[in-house]
Amino acid sequence: MKDNLFGKTLQELEEVVTGEDMPSFVAKQLTDWLYKKHIQQIDDMRNLSKKNISLLKKKYQVGLIKHTSVQVSVDGTKKYLFPTANEKFIESAFIPDKNRATLCVSSQIGCKMGCLFCMTGKQGFQGHLSAGEIINQIHSLPEFDELTSVVYMGMGEPFDNLENVLKSVEILTADWGYAWSPKRITVSTIGIVPAMMRFIEVSKAHLAISLHSPFEEDRKKIMPVENVYPIPKLLDSIKSFDWNSQRRISFEYIMFKDFNDTQKHINELARILNGIKCRINLLRFHPIPDSPLASPDEKEIVEFRDRLNAKGIVTTIRTSRGEDIFAACGLLSTKKLLKELDSEKDF
Amino acid sequence: MIDPSKHKLREVIVKNRQEIAAGVFVFSYERVYSFTSGQVVAITVDLTDEPRLYSIASGENESEISILFNVLPEGKLTTQLANLSNGDKVFVSRPFGEFKGDEESAYWIATGTGIAPFVSMYYSGLGKDKIIIHGGRTLRSFYNQEVFQKAYGERYHRCCSGEKGEHVFNGRLTDFLKTQNNLPIDFKYYLCGSSEMVVETRDILIAKGIPFNQIIAEIYF
Repeated sequence: MKDNLFGKTLQELEEVVTGEDMPSFVAKQLTDWLYKKHIQQIDDMRNLSKKNISLLKKKYQVGLIKHTSVQVSVDGTKKYLFPTANEKFIESAFIPDKNRATLCVSSQIGCKMGCLFCMTGKQGFQGHLSAGEIINQIHSLPEFDELTSVVYMGMGEPFDNLENVLKSVEILTADWGYAWSPKRITVSTIGIVPAMMRFIEVSKAHLAISLHSPFEEDRKKIMPVENVYPIPKLLDSIKSFDWNSQRRISFEYIMFKDFNDTQKHINELARILNGIKCRINLLRFHPIPDSPLASPDEKEIVEFRDRLNAKGIVTTIRTSRGEDIFAACGLLSTKKLLKELDSEKDF
Repeated sequence: MIDPSKHKLREVIVKNRQEIAAGVFVFSYERVYSFTSGQVVAITVDLTDEPRLYSIASGENESEISILFNVLPEGKLTTQLANLSNGDKVFVSRPFGEFKGDEESAYWIATGTGIAPFVSMYYSGLGKDKIIIHGGRTLRSFYNQEVFQKAYGERYHRCCSGEKGEHVFNGRLTDFLKTQNNLPIDFKYYLCGSSEMVVETRDILIAKGIPFNQIIAEIYF
């Protein structure tokens, strides 16, 4: 099995070329071909010598992966299915909106976090994506040239796969890579604190935190991570960083009827987020099978938003997109595509 | 290289390392910090690797902290831990986390090494009015089973998916739960194990009428 060049950082490519006794500048040529010129195979790297091409081809391939299917929503959202190296599948959601276009990428196959409201969590965990598999969702997207932003809000918890997520962000933002502004990238987490702090230190991309309740005891009931990294520890860590730059932190808040939608919740959100320059994104809950949770009606969500704004917290309601093709927030899942062997359990 | 002071890691000496079943180990170290049962510690053997989290499996007042773990097929740290000998050094954090038990009536439901926090709660005096359901692949994988059998009798259920045994349900823990009718809706249900186990168990409990806010889960990640 040949190793993939796509998804390697400049430093990793330098190790590849020096390992083959090529001059180190060849690594920079490789990043140009891989990330700027969108070549499909090593033979297309026209400024490499025949000898170097031959050497690379013995052990390596470019490693791009095409999507195997696409579903199109009535609202224009597209859900792409990509195969992974371990013969499983992931989904990515392309969301065009007027003069913007966002891609929601996956970072893992399935998810370990077990949040009560999430369809991905119901399929369990089948593996981490490599940096190449993360970037491939962007690079191999037919609408690549239309993209204005990428959000790591697809399948999986990005900070449970920190090294590959960091590497993918580096490739997206480095001069030798795609040279995107980090402001085009948002990484979302449920709050794995040590990994989140490392991300904050080494990356300049935006951060989104799935909060969903300001109360520890309530958050525990829907998000098991609260038992390990509770809200006070999470917010203390956030407050230790200066957010007064261009970098943005936002809190994601799925609205659940009779669970997190009262004035008490508004008051507590205002209290715990005091001192953090942030915004709240309210999300409608997209029901998943057998869920005990429900969404409040539209009027209640709007009122909740207005009351948070009145408290001085910039709050918006995220438009639901792609619900009819199960591409909306919390609905991505490739469980039906898992083979029987994949679901072998430890209990 | 991890900065131990930044991660608040402390070097401790391994004691009482044992393999209790194939690929399942327990070791202990001197209790240098107080803790609350149900809490976890971050552990690493090599400071070039990020520490990983393990639930404490000993009582709050015991002189040593016990850690239960199984070797994961692709787990570098668990392989390193399995190769430790008494007297070796590991780096550990202060205990932390909020998976706390209480004295109310509850089910403790775990698979494999997920029994650790409940062992800790039991030895910390929170074992009254509890029903334990423990799932495992082999008959040797039920850590602390002799004590639980004696203390709980018929309120201690072992579910073994890989072997048959006396007084053991032959099958998965989730299969056992499906056979249970009239589960009390006013009990709390504490779950600990892999995400697959927690998600499937939680779905079964909810389908049986248990309010989701009575279910508290700890997932290994």
